[in-house]
Amino acid sequence: MFNYTFQWKQAMARLPQMLDGALVTMQVAILSMVLGILLAIILTMFRLSGIRILSAVAKTWVEIARNTPALFQIYMAHFGLGSFGLHLSPFLSILLGITFNNAGYLTENFRGALKAIPDTQTRAARSLGLGAVGAFRHVVLPQMLRISFLPMTNQMVWAILMTSLGVTVGMNTDLYGVTQDLNALTFRTFELFALAAVIFYVITKIVTLGARLIAARLFRY
Amino acid sequence: MFDTALTTADFVFLAKGAGMTIVVTIISVIAGTILGIVFGVIRYQLGAIWAAPLIFVLDIFRSIPLLIQLVLANAFLGTILRLNMSGFTVACIVLSMYTAAYCAEIVRGGIEAVPVTTRRAARSLGMSWGQDMREIVLPLATRVALPSWIGLALGVMKDSALVYVVQVTELLRSTQILITRLQEPLLLLMICGAFYFVISFPLARFGGYLEKRWSND
Repeated sequence: MFNYTFQWKQAMARLPQMLDGALVTMQVAILSMVLGILLAIILTMFRLSGIRILSAVAKTWVEIARNTPALFQIYMAHFGLGSFGLHLSPFLSILLGITFNNAGYLTENFRGALKAIPDTQTRAARSLGLGAVGAFRHVVLPQMLRISFLPMTNQMVWAILMTSLGVTVGMNTDLYGVTQDLNALTFRTFELFALAAVIFYVITKIVTLGARLIAARLFRY
Repeated sequence: MFDTALTTADFVFLAKGAGMTIVVTIISVIAGTILGIVFGVIRYQLGAIWAAPLIFVLDIFRSIPLLIQLVLANAFLGTILRLNMSGFTVACIVLSMYTAAYCAEIVRGGIEAVPVTTRRAARSLGMSWGQDMREIVLPLATRVALPSWIGLALGVMKDSALVYVVQVTELLRSTQILITRLQEPLLLLMICGAFYFVISFPLARFGGYLEKRWSND
């Protein structure tokens, strides 16, 4: 039954290439996360602005991001925009797709976090002379980011895992893409993908542990 | 703009894909939930130290991209064990384990949300462990866990879009096949996205409603 010879050496020989791929993966994940947080803050402000069109935009964005598969969103960025004559490179499509997804989920997280911040704080800030934006920026935003730090970490892990979908739009420089190309060369499917899985596991562990350390450092009080 | 090469046969093809998405999702969610409840209870009963191997294994399913899990399972079951499994079976097995890994955490969270004093009261009234679990913990934990569980089930439906990698033609895959043939990506993707949205949105809303309704206030 167990008629299979593992060829770990062949896979290990490709480790440097795969680690290069892991760097690209991290690059996409971090960029999409930073852009996603910025967009989510803007969308949260849209939501709070009380202007109907802006809050409708935020609402639509959140619902589409949360209720369709991430792969669909990446297809939309690649093929959907392509039909408008906007042909994005695989890197940009995957970045755009994941950023869209991140922004949607994070906006929803921020909404939950906002509930934990009493209205009276905004009112106090306003009566001390801060403007609407100033009160949001100096009083609400720092607390909101602090409360939603854990969900943001989870979203970061999700972003890392989602980069593996880039292969569907022809990305071949990220960890999954590199692994698939190597697989086409060597046909050591199990060994190569097991190695990729280990790398992914280590990356996500580093990210979650790192986030925990940062949280312990940032939120001492 | 509105003339399209989309025929009725193509719609049937899409519908078949959608059916496949739903079938895979339902099987995986049912199997995954049963497994997840078992894992979650074991995890809770054993505590963090004794359940460490289980925690580790479940954590693996949450830390590795589903795409890689599917490829690995396919390679392991197909080339190493040489079991002649269809892609559909492999997809269901992997998605079930994936669901179970998340479900176990939800179940554990639900059990932990039941006040210890309530459970002690049940036990001191003469209820057995099983009775305590069934009559006290189950109803109270369900209130906490059900909204997240709905979210999980919807997540599995969305993640089932990845089973194309083991040659299962579900909705997104059939959409892609049609895109390649008809070259009308926008229309086809809209149809596909609308399908996911129509299923996911009301259920997500219902979950949010339950969460609000059942929260302790």
